[in-house]
Amino acid sequence: MSHTPTHSQTVGPFFSIGLSALCREDVECGTAIGARVRIRGRVLDGDGQPVPDAVLEIWLPDSVQGEPQTQRVAAQQRRDFPAGFGRIPTNERGEFQFTTHKPMVRREADGTAPHLVVVLLMRGLLRHLVTRIYFADEAANATDPILNLIPPGRRGTLLAKQSSNAENELLWDVHLQGENETVFFNV
Amino acid sequence: MWKPSIFDRLEPGTQPQYLHPAYRSSVKRAPTQPLIILPHTLSERTGPVFGQSCISANDHDLTAQHAGPPLGERIVVTGRLLDEGGRPVRDALIEVWQANAAGRYRHKMDQHNAPLDANFTGCGRTLTDAEGRYKFLSIKPGAYPWGNHSNAWRPAHIHFSVFGDGLLSRLVTQMYFPGDPLLAHDPIYNCISDEKAKQRLISIFDWENTSPEYALGYRFDIVLRGREATPMEK
Repeated sequence: MSHTPTHSQTVGPFFSIGLSALCREDVECGTAIGARVRIRGRVLDGDGQPVPDAVLEIWLPDSVQGEPQTQRVAAQQRRDFPAGFGRIPTNERGEFQFTTHKPMVRREADGTAPHLVVVLLMRGLLRHLVTRIYFADEAANATDPILNLIPPGRRGTLLAKQSSNAENELLWDVHLQGENETVFFNV
Repeated sequence: MWKPSIFDRLEPGTQPQYLHPAYRSSVKRAPTQPLIILPHTLSERTGPVFGQSCISANDHDLTAQHAGPPLGERIVVTGRLLDEGGRPVRDALIEVWQANAAGRYRHKMDQHNAPLDANFTGCGRTLTDAEGRYKFLSIKPGAYPWGNHSNAWRPAHIHFSVFGDGLLSRLVTQMYFPGDPLLAHDPIYNCISDEKAKQRLISIFDWENTSPEYALGYRFDIVLRGREATPMEK
């Protein structure tokens, strides 16, 4: 028997009522970890205006350890937040920031470069968008099978780049439209 | 040995298009470039696992989070979370939020001139049980006006956010109520053309879960993407 997935509806402007309790700006990873980094940026609409009512969900795939059931038992015993997950709303200036560990572990021996998965929700999006953050200084980007699916001129939109402010700070903006429109994925 | 779920590509027309001009906010926020087709990797087939530690005692009962009961018509919302193969999705996090009975959200950006209710926040959370079932107690949300077009009103709805097995099953949607005359005029509800798909967003009045002398029952089943991997599939 096959069921059709329920269709998506927008998160709307008032999602903070329901989603705030599980917001986290510190994306903890329970496994082998790389350098600690802060990633910050802005979400901008088609007029280049900041989006003050977006929420980003970050998934650090390298944090998966074993079966979901094992993780669930562990999560219940530790009484803590799921490893590898972050949820960050933009502020009134369209800005967001979060801290994480740069992913290191490569589970797939196919040249995959370290990356984070981003789910983006906001008023105006009838369905969430999915994108990825890669790291500009990573040599493995050249061999990453997903980056290589993207026209070369657009790959840069997924790269978090070193900030001039602080050593461990990276910058990554989301452009919903326009010349620098961020690459989003059909999943 | 645990195997992540299999995620088939979505059939065209079963999810909304990003650009839907009748919904004004989509015009400057929908991507204009074609989306890049992503072969599913473990990065998306896995996802966060939420435990009971993320839920507190009264999180499923939106009528019991303050000193007194909220105003409005009490409702019991129940349903099952299933995958595409009809299997229950167990231990899944469901978050809900809604306006109060007067159609007002407890949010600083909601400017609708309807009263707030000191006994209602409008926020709930729960995990599904071993059969994929969930249950919330609440009050029926009111309809409210919005600025999309002249005399625009949102039909009564409850927002649902769901995490299944793997990020590819992530779903945010809205549950509506049967017989609402505003549904026919709502560009968000009408963003999808398939009539059956639209009907599935409308809860069913439910005698079985209607609680005598207490509350009306509504049933809302949700289907997430994904199905069990069979031995033939990797």
